[in-house]
Amino acid sequence: MPKFLIDEKEIEFQTGQTIIEAARDHGIDIPHFCWHPKLSVSGNCRICLVEVEKMPKLMIACSTIASEGMVVHTQSEKTLEARNAVMEFILINHPLDCPICDEAGECKLQDYAYSHGEGESRFTEEKNQKEKHVQFGPQVMFDGERCISCSRCIRFCDEIAKDPELTFVQRGDSVTITTFPGEELDNPYSMNVIDICPVGALTSIDFRFKARVWDMSATKSICTGCSRGCNIDIWVRNNEILRLTPRHNEEVNSYWMCDYGRLNTFKNVNAETRVDCPQLRREGKLVKVGWDEIYAETASRIKSFAKDEVAFLGSAHATCEDNYLLVKFARTVIGSGILDFMNHIDPEFGDDLLKQNDVAPNSMGAKLAGISPLKSGLNFEGIIKAIREGKIKALYILEDDVVSANPHLENIFAKLDLLIVHSSNYNNTTALADIIFPAAAIAEKNGTLINFEGVIQRIKPAVVTIDTDRALDGMEMSRLDKFGTNFDRWATGVKRDARASWKILTGLAGALGHKMKFNMAEEVFSEMSNQIEAFKGLDYDDIGETGVKLNVKFLEQKVNA
Amino acid sequence: MEQKSVKRRKKDLSFLERIYIPEILKGLSLTFKNMIRPKFTIEYPEERFIPSAAYRGRPVLIEENNGDERCVACGLCSRVCPALAIEVQAAETEREQERYPEKFEINMLRCIFCGFCEEVCPEEAIVMSKDYDLTFSNREEAIYGKDKLLVPVNQLQDRIDFLRKYK
Repeated sequence: MPKFLIDEKEIEFQTGQTIIEAARDHGIDIPHFCWHPKLSVSGNCRICLVEVEKMPKLMIACSTIASEGMVVHTQSEKTLEARNAVMEFILINHPLDCPICDEAGECKLQDYAYSHGEGESRFTEEKNQKEKHVQFGPQVMFDGERCISCSRCIRFCDEIAKDPELTFVQRGDSVTITTFPGEELDNPYSMNVIDICPVGALTSIDFRFKARVWDMSATKSICTGCSRGCNIDIWVRNNEILRLTPRHNEEVNSYWMCDYGRLNTFKNVNAETRVDCPQLRREGKLVKVGWDEIYAETASRIKSFAKDEVAFLGSAHATCEDNYLLVKFARTVIGSGILDFMNHIDPEFGDDLLKQNDVAPNSMGAKLAGISPLKSGLNFEGIIKAIREGKIKALYILEDDVVSANPHLENIFAKLDLLIVHSSNYNNTTALADIIFPAAAIAEKNGTLINFEGVIQRIKPAVVTIDTDRALDGMEMSRLDKFGTNFDRWATGVKRDARASWKILTGLAGALGHKMKFNMAEEVFSEMSNQIEAFKGLDYDDIGETGVKLNVKFLEQKVNA
Repeated sequence: MEQKSVKRRKKDLSFLERIYIPEILKGLSLTFKNMIRPKFTIEYPEERFIPSAAYRGRPVLIEENNGDERCVACGLCSRVCPALAIEVQAAETEREQERYPEKFEINMLRCIFCGFCEEVCPEEAIVMSKDYDLTFSNREEAIYGKDKLLVPVNQLQDRIDFLRKYK
């Protein structure tokens, strides 16, 4: 491999790489605003100027191709002087808006002004006045004065979303960004421009002014909007999820996520409709009961049915651990092999970039964890038919709103003698249930999800329930979480009385006389990795933050079998 | 040797001291002197001490003459507060500054009157007042919301002048 010298350090590079790319691969960060690893090179911000020996002038690291024997200085006097000068030019027309601006705290301009700026402005004239508070689309707000014209958002729409909606207008210091006449920034990926905007010019209408970034904790997790499983950070303050942002994972979602996933996959966690304690139907009315009572009652009711009168529906919305324990519960505790789950396919949803037609996050995981109709021969439709014919009298549903997806089931489920549902929120299925277990939402538990390509990924709890503790369970903590007491309003957000489904199943098995010794999701997973070939040899540490791709050939055989 | 070790002690009084009367007169003269000296105490709470502009009483928010708060809810006071006494929730407004505090609460049980909030404020919106008389009978009462915190700007003018001079 060819090599070149950067700051007296010799680094290897691939032919065709630019200086900034090669430096980044070796952990050297050259300041940049307009350059983005996934966008074309624009070279307009000039902050990445570096000194290259034998070149007459400073070169921009983002568009200068590295070559053998090149000698680059990123910290020389000349470079620093140029960087300061560029910062001074950019700051001339940038308003002192940081107290109002949502980007404060995660702003590249703020960081670089701190590390490379002079600290004092020599500019005494009036700053340029531009349009503020312009709504570019349903989700994005634009502030022209804060914009440093890096063109990242324009290039994102052109190159990634493939839907050119934004452009520069005017020249010189009056240059600004606008949507094309008659266009709106409304592509399905529009909110990514908020993340890539290096300043606070583009802000999220949904998150606007909700919280300061330093008051929130960020938990690395997975989006549940479809079977892509985009890597995300869940931002939480006072036990309430306030926003999701994409997290880089080249194998799965690169730097992006869709607006649907970003806006619609967390609001159920904070919603009023949460099921927040176990409930039983007595004389037609739902009654709130304690955990011991519901375990005992469920156990006695479920025992009154014959083995082949009880069917189980796993869920593509639950984790692999939950589905695995449902299989184990059905087979060893009840002795029933009638198991399947419902696929959620929306042929309208998918596209070429990230979105998939399978809108449930873990269909592959449910299959691999053992939810399959093979043994009984009764698949989802078969189970419904058997219920209609009265052969199946009790149904156990894991975290899936099957009635909303198939409204005709409402009348069929009425025939059941017993309907047990795990659910995080009230929905059309819980409306029919005889027993409701409050299930922890995806953002409240540990577990694994497998995306449509067979990449197994970890979810981590970001929101605490009564059952979990932020400090003891090693969850991400903000400053407020660390120091808050029970007397501080900003630290006493609502905690729901919900448990992860695998934990509920463990408790219920105990009530039926079968002890399962699982205290953590990790222990369930380690049993899975011993029992199921697809998970062989894996543990949570192997999966890590970016996931592991399972053997796809093996998966396909398994799925087609 | 033994005699040398006997020391004269302080309480061995002299003759004049032993007759007692001059000492009583000395003492009484001090008493009478103080009776006619000017007073330094005040009869709190009937009389109130008015501190100087440099005094750090409870932090308050400045209310502009048109009734709006000056605060833009940037949250810096909340961040800098060493006792975590301040909670701010921002929201959007039609006003030019775009942002205002929907909720601004100071827990006066946590506040240590350090004045960091005032020092960090980029808008000169939170200042230390002269109010030192704080009483509450339960935890909830000790949390001051915007209703108690907002004070018209003309009542705080001398503190603002002081800050501009010395900050």
